[in-house]
Amino acid sequence: MNRAPPPSSPAAASTLRPTARSIAWRLATVADTVRETPRARTLVLDVPGWPGHRAGQHLDVRLTAEDGYQAQRSYSIASAPEDARVVLTVERLEDGEVSPYLTDELRVGDRLELRGPIGGHFVWDVAIGGPLLLVGGGSGIVPLMAMLRHRAAALGTADADARHHVPARLLYSSRSWNEVIYRDELARLVEHDSALEVALTLTREQPQGWAGLRRRIDRMMLAEVAWPPAERPHVFVCGSTPLVEAVAAALVELGHDPARVKTERFGPTGGSP
Amino acid sequence: MEDAMRAADERIAAGESVADALRLDGNAAAGILSELFVPDLTAARATCAHCGATRPVGALLIYAHGMGTVVRCPSCDTVILCVTRTPTQVWLDATGARRIIIAAAALSR
Repeated sequence: MNRAPPPSSPAAASTLRPTARSIAWRLATVADTVRETPRARTLVLDVPGWPGHRAGQHLDVRLTAEDGYQAQRSYSIASAPEDARVVLTVERLEDGEVSPYLTDELRVGDRLELRGPIGGHFVWDVAIGGPLLLVGGGSGIVPLMAMLRHRAAALGTADADARHHVPARLLYSSRSWNEVIYRDELARLVEHDSALEVALTLTREQPQGWAGLRRRIDRMMLAEVAWPPAERPHVFVCGSTPLVEAVAAALVELGHDPARVKTERFGPTGGSP
Repeated sequence: MEDAMRAADERIAAGESVADALRLDGNAAAGILSELFVPDLTAARATCAHCGATRPVGALLIYAHGMGTVVRCPSCDTVILCVTRTPTQVWLDATGARRIIIAAAALSR
């Protein structure tokens, strides 16, 4: 089967086991969609009873076909805990069963079964403190963006001193300028926050006059962008398995404490950017 | 997991080993583990029965297959946990976990 048909009618939700725990399946409604890149789309969801989440957590989405066939996938949450709605950004995987439905077919008002939030390891909040080093590739930006959005929301009203106590740097690898997810929002965040730095590297195709980085993330790039190990940054790395493993290994070689380097490998990206 | 497996197939075709292509983080097992355990197990720490290394479950390596989810020790590759689904049962094999340490605060959620 090439792709899962749309979820069954909302009546299916009434057959779900009622449970008070966060792991319960819930019925979400699509409130809005935003095209981020040719392959990635943001889904803004109303989730009645959502228990709240921490930046970096993910959730499971379940689609059920008319014949009862179910397909389930995990997606990182893009929104900050402070945001009113739960936001996902999904990248289309060609020949995927679920992602093409989410990126191309789902409409405002459609419903979706989900459960979460899930995962308590790859999480960060301002109480954990900084410096915060985020390294991402492709759609690996999504949980890192939740952290930046949370940092901006939590420190938004704080003075510059408070923000400088939790400085953040993002090193983000994309194949091309058009595939940089959240490009405008990242630019806005940087503009208003002198304690936030964003470095983009475009690995396959660069716009004319591009003066920025243009190769895959390597040890030399990390040595330039990252804080020295002595500053004990909290590091979060998210992307395809090869990218995550190369970055994590390079950071440890540079002297960073492996216990402070948290990783999230994305299975379904189909190769490094 | 079919998306992941399809992507993995492409990567295997591109010359990566089967194991490398399917490897994920402990985070990827959070969903299935949350069906079996009350606290979030990815934030708990597990001690490998073979080499004794202790890490957060979220920092262990996951190999997700159609048959189930295998959790391995990054230090010595021992299988710490294995969760297998059958049509009527879920099998949890924890032979490779000497102990699992859960913060008391995680139980009072």
